[in-house]
Amino acid sequence: MTDEKTRDADTIDLWVAGTEEPQFSPTEYSPTDEGSQEIGAEETQHRLDEQFGRVVSDDYVFDDDALDDERMIVNMGPQHPSTHGVLRLQIELEGEIIRRTKPVIGYLHTGMEKTAEQLTFSQGPTNVTRMDYLAPLHGELAYSLAVERLLDVEVPPRAAAIRVLLTELNRVSSHLVALATNGMDVGALSMMIYGFRERESILAFFEKTTGLRMNHNFIRPGGVAADLPPGWKDDVAAILDDLPGRLAQYDDLLKENPIWTSRTRGVGVITADEATAYGITGPALRASGVDWDLRKAFPYSGIDQYEFDVPVGERGDVYDRYRVRVDEIHESLKIVSQVMDTIPKGDYRIDDRKITPPPRARIDESMEALIHHFKLFTEGFKVPAGETYVAVESPRGELGCYMASDGGARPYRMHTRAPSFANLQALPIAMADSLMADTIATIASMDPVMGDVDR
Amino acid sequence: MTDHATIIDDLVGGFDSAELEDSHGQHVVRLSPAEWKSFAEAAKEAGFEVCVDVTAVDWMRQKAERFEIVANLLSMRHRLRLRMIAPVGRVDPTIDSLVPVWPGANYAEREAYDMFGIVFDGHPDLTRILMPDDWDGHPLRKDFGVGGVPVQFKASHQVE
Amino acid sequence: MATAPPGNLLMTTIEKAANWARTRSMFPATFGLACCAIEMMASGAAHYDLARFGMEVFRASPRQADLMIVAGRVSQKMAPVLRQVYDQMPDPKWVISMGACASSGGMFNNYALVQGVDQIVPVDIYVPGCPPGPQSLMHGILTLHDKIMAGEIRN
Repeated sequence: MTDEKTRDADTIDLWVAGTEEPQFSPTEYSPTDEGSQEIGAEETQHRLDEQFGRVVSDDYVFDDDALDDERMIVNMGPQHPSTHGVLRLQIELEGEIIRRTKPVIGYLHTGMEKTAEQLTFSQGPTNVTRMDYLAPLHGELAYSLAVERLLDVEVPPRAAAIRVLLTELNRVSSHLVALATNGMDVGALSMMIYGFRERESILAFFEKTTGLRMNHNFIRPGGVAADLPPGWKDDVAAILDDLPGRLAQYDDLLKENPIWTSRTRGVGVITADEATAYGITGPALRASGVDWDLRKAFPYSGIDQYEFDVPVGERGDVYDRYRVRVDEIHESLKIVSQVMDTIPKGDYRIDDRKITPPPRARIDESMEALIHHFKLFTEGFKVPAGETYVAVESPRGELGCYMASDGGARPYRMHTRAPSFANLQALPIAMADSLMADTIATIASMDPVMGDVDR
Repeated sequence: MTDHATIIDDLVGGFDSAELEDSHGQHVVRLSPAEWKSFAEAAKEAGFEVCVDVTAVDWMRQKAERFEIVANLLSMRHRLRLRMIAPVGRVDPTIDSLVPVWPGANYAEREAYDMFGIVFDGHPDLTRILMPDDWDGHPLRKDFGVGGVPVQFKASHQVE
Repeated sequence: MATAPPGNLLMTTIEKAANWARTRSMFPATFGLACCAIEMMASGAAHYDLARFGMEVFRASPRQADLMIVAGRVSQKMAPVLRQVYDQMPDPKWVISMGACASSGGMFNNYALVQGVDQIVPVDIYVPGCPPGPQSLMHGILTLHDKIMAGEIRN
């Protein structure tokens, strides 16, 4: 435009207005026009039409032929408040739309599988429990079941019932964190406070029973570490009384909330075929419409004696995953109340002194007990050679433990099949062609725990 | 619903090197790496829609071939699990990638590459996933030391 | 006191006031890595409230943060990121190493972890535990406050 020397009488070149250029003849324009910059007449007319509503131009049509250099690669993480730990995403953005994503993981790699080869079989749960740190009891359970499978032993029924009680309470506390962080990421900041507040009552029960609020090292090969404390029924009954009312309050806050539904419905959709192809399991798979729960398909630890339903969603979007988690909390509370009513009396661990240590009081009385205790805690018990894979249904999906032993006192190879590791593979699919703000909601709904992913 | 044993026997029968065994109540198929991918495709046809995990074990000198690649399969339709194991040698450990069959094997194979150095032919992006990109060595191999620092406790394991 | 020149008296009072202000509104930077991060979130939540110390605002941007609570295990891949975030924080800044893994590598004495975050950044307070409960973390934070108020740690 500035190259054109010929000008119409009614238009003034933008670049020239107000400058003293020699070609510019002062007689051609009137000094009162200085500062009034008029664009081409047709353009003005178009703008006027837009303003008066005679013409509607759709600003939201995205040109698919856009040049590649209009895309921007943006890095999100690893230190980021919304990525649920140290997840790094390299996102190729076109405006506000995400075209491609590449998750980069490994920022929390702890070499736990290598450490597992240095620890004995009864020290193993301390290691495995720190992988998925929001569902530590599930990790311990998978490990213990694998060791027991290699030993070909069964735990007593009371031990199995205690395991079910603790793991279902752990499912509740993990889903509460998922709700809390999901809510906070989408904007419902009070959910963060509510989720953690409810979790405190469950963690208090865990502290009373296992000794720790998190990373319990309680479920060990052979049973559990100690019996439930006296008065545990009152504590559990208090949780069961309190929680459903609170969950109803959260439903009031979120379930029909127009902001919540518009931010979560139709966002981050994963179809059932994509979910099975990518090996996604857990609430994300069930929200896509696939009715698959390991507690029903391959029951473990006597969980098939309790009645519960498996919530299944329809659309596979963020809203359905949220609903599946809330419903799973209700189902877990059902299981907990059934365990409370039907828990059998008996041993809390196998009576085989080659595997589980004797009671502390016996050590003063019996030489054998002393020797057993000594051998178990220095050398550890030996497991016959073999390999096995055992999976449990953790709050995130199928948490499996592949264990190979060569006859020694330490696992030769211990590999954990982490549910979040597989679930993350679907993140680029769920996030493709969606808006940046929806990404945060999608990641939160997949609920990855980076300790599980990176191990 | 077809009998589990029938499904597995039909599947295994179609491959020469495949041997079926029972490991603590679980079905395990040991086969040669040459039939790895074709067996996987046949398994998917037979109803194993999900590849749960792909990993490896380093047996050092305990077995004839150093590494064993282990793939765990799951059939939701038949409620059946199957494990595939193939031995791979010490020099240039290579095996076909299962990503064309099940896209969910992607990260697991990258992890096996990162931790053991096993190359998966046909993998779309075989790069390190857990260790930094410029890391030397493959940590889960038995000849890679734990790498700890000496600590002043009498009872701690001697580290290399 | 009578022999000290008035200038020093004024400076000491201002320093005390500055220390008081720094401790009463410390902004932690979000550096939650692993399990300790969950306990850090729990200490910021309603039951153990960090807001009563003026600290519930966890700043996402290190440029606006005073205090870096390294909560969790620091892997080899994460170490340069940690150092970069620390460098981006403006003075005065403090570091609390929360948990066994951040203080010394914890139970993971292996190739993958930095054995103690003090190999990378200078640490003011170590909070032991695996994970340390919210009470331990708050004790560590309050100890830091006391040390700053007493002038033991300037920066």
